[in-house]
Amino acid sequence: MEQKHVHIISTIVEHKPGVLYTVSNLFRRRGFNIDNISVGPTEELGLARMTIMVTGDNRTIEQVIKQLNKLIDVLKVTRLDPENIVTRELALIKVHATSTKARSDIINYADIFRARVVDVCTESLMMEITGTSDKIDAFVTLMKPFGIKEVARTGITSLSRGPKSVKIDD
Amino acid sequence: MAKMTGAKALIKSLQQEKVDVMFGISGGALLPIHNVLCDSEIRHILARHEQGAAHMADGYARASGKAGVCMATSGPGATNIVTGLANAYLDSSPVIALTGQVPTHSANTSYMIGRDAFQEADIIGITTPITKYNVQVKHASEVPTAVKSAFYIATTGRPGPTLIDLPKNTQTVKAEMDFSDNLKIRGYKPNTDPHPLQIKKAVKLLMKAERPMILAGGGVNLSGASEELLQIAELLMMPVATTFMGKSCFPETHPLSMGNIGMHGTMLANKMILEADVLLAVGTRFQDRSTGTLNGFCPDAKIIHIDIDAAEIGKNVEVDVPIVGDAKPTLNLIYQRLVNKIKKSKDNLWIKQVQEAKEKYLSELDLGSGDLTSPKLLKELRRLLPDQAIVATEVGQNQMWAALHFQTIKPRTFISSGGLGTMGFGFPAAIGAKVACPKCPVVDIAGDGSFRMTEQELGTSVTEDIPVIVIVLNNSMLGMVAQWQRLFYEKRYAAVKLGSVPDFPKLAQAYGAEGVRVGSLSEFSVAMKNALKTEVTTVIDVPISPDDDVFPMVPPGKGLKDTVGGL
Repeated sequence: MEQKHVHIISTIVEHKPGVLYTVSNLFRRRGFNIDNISVGPTEELGLARMTIMVTGDNRTIEQVIKQLNKLIDVLKVTRLDPENIVTRELALIKVHATSTKARSDIINYADIFRARVVDVCTESLMMEITGTSDKIDAFVTLMKPFGIKEVARTGITSLSRGPKSVKIDD
Repeated sequence: MAKMTGAKALIKSLQQEKVDVMFGISGGALLPIHNVLCDSEIRHILARHEQGAAHMADGYARASGKAGVCMATSGPGATNIVTGLANAYLDSSPVIALTGQVPTHSANTSYMIGRDAFQEADIIGITTPITKYNVQVKHASEVPTAVKSAFYIATTGRPGPTLIDLPKNTQTVKAEMDFSDNLKIRGYKPNTDPHPLQIKKAVKLLMKAERPMILAGGGVNLSGASEELLQIAELLMMPVATTFMGKSCFPETHPLSMGNIGMHGTMLANKMILEADVLLAVGTRFQDRSTGTLNGFCPDAKIIHIDIDAAEIGKNVEVDVPIVGDAKPTLNLIYQRLVNKIKKSKDNLWIKQVQEAKEKYLSELDLGSGDLTSPKLLKELRRLLPDQAIVATEVGQNQMWAALHFQTIKPRTFISSGGLGTMGFGFPAAIGAKVACPKCPVVDIAGDGSFRMTEQELGTSVTEDIPVIVIVLNNSMLGMVAQWQRLFYEKRYAAVKLGSVPDFPKLAQAYGAEGVRVGSLSEFSVAMKNALKTEVTTVIDVPISPDDDVFPMVPPGKGLKDTVGGL
């Protein structure tokens, strides 16, 4: 058996109702699992970028890409080279913090991780952190002893490095 | 720009696509369309069930090579065509479905779709995985573009079904309509031209081959590439096996024809394909029913795989020379290159081996004992029918017997549900084929189980004056399931006995069709000759033994090398 790896597939799709369903339904029906997906508008009006993280061997990923390419509302599918991309995820983390000691410790850790405090109240702090998924995992682990109340993560989004961009033909 | 209602625009758009016939059933959400349709030149054939309408459109498409159109109302009408669309999807057939839908807006609600209105079904959500493309019209002005897109996508590249969902208010509202030919679909650019480098590689491999063989799939029929295939086969003296869907793309009366491969392929094809050192596979997806277990499929062969759908290449079988392209131009390019390099292949060891194997196969062919067996009937049927006659089949034993024993000669003359295996497909598909080719005799080879599933379309064939011939191989059983129970479940016949009702000739007569029962091969011949002469649908009921099996067979979970002639 060929080894399974994490792959990041970047797709440009028509930004209209039902496209997310069409894409996710394709994954479900063909038995591919989405590890992670994020969607948002692109620089061009009417188009959205879906960044999809999939675990699988090379053959599976090739099939995923070919099947995605067949969808009419999918305009472009690119497999990103993990060595040559910028990948980011954003997380909001709400941590239990009542004592002064806890608060200052949390803020110190946040500084080290370049997280920002975005909400403060007497019982908790909310931090915003961006970075790779590993970095966010590490920060979340660090926050656990204080008592995490809630975490919201966006899932990753990626672009390849350098001047090149994905061109959509007219 | 012209201002008109969505319903008018729909009919005008259909006429622009040269639609002259459609199959369907009306209903509340289609009233505005039918109100316009009845004044148009388009013939609407009223089916008795929407599934029948969808299969008729499919049969029409397969016989004609054009898109087939069916129409159903919202809710249950739309869900009834789902089987027809799934069937067309798996066999790559350009069926276009139009469905009515509850209004997007109504006077007393701001939004009606999504509120579980009367006869509302989410047909877009339901059909997304079984259509090549589907779209819900949100405003009347979108109708012309929706129709253009649906036809273009259905009929180009790898064909497939498309669906347009038409909320009732988009049918009645007037809007400015753009009927120009401009169509821009940024996410759809089917690639039909093969890469020249891949052609070169394929030719090189074929030139070196000692035991070359062709495996031709449904793509050859769809592409209309039979002539190109024949040229290459004859030039290189390559034996040709077909997949089930490829049947009829190569004349089975030709010395190089091996018949079908697969679970119920011919002994000859299943055996010879394993011997090949180079396999030229065209328009096939190497489906499990064709290949058996992949372990041991063509163990010594380098595989050249031509398919218009890039996703089919490498999906099931690893190949040596992948070629993404339309079968017709691709085969033509290969032929042009080959013909420059070789004059004509001489007889060689391989072709001698093939011929000997074929002679042996033909001499040992078992048509069953008794006067009237299904294989013998099918041989006789071939003798009675002209080459261009169209044969549709149902699903099960009848279908596999037809594939094995009814020799097809002309392309697109064998219409059967290969991918989905839809019982009840054959009869309405035969009706659709007859509409497409009114001058050809059209025969549905049926089993009694399958025929019961869509027999009500006798009403359509009689009232709409579309005469076809239905041959019911009647064992009062779900025969193929019973065969498996006989062979693999200790003869425990569970849920397969249908009993001898209805009396099929009487059923036919009740509908105003001809019905006759035959008890011998000569009676069958007489009945067939009469049926070919009459101008009304005929049902020929042929009682057969419930113990008859279809052989050869590759037992489930086995490979082609394990094909057995009997168990």
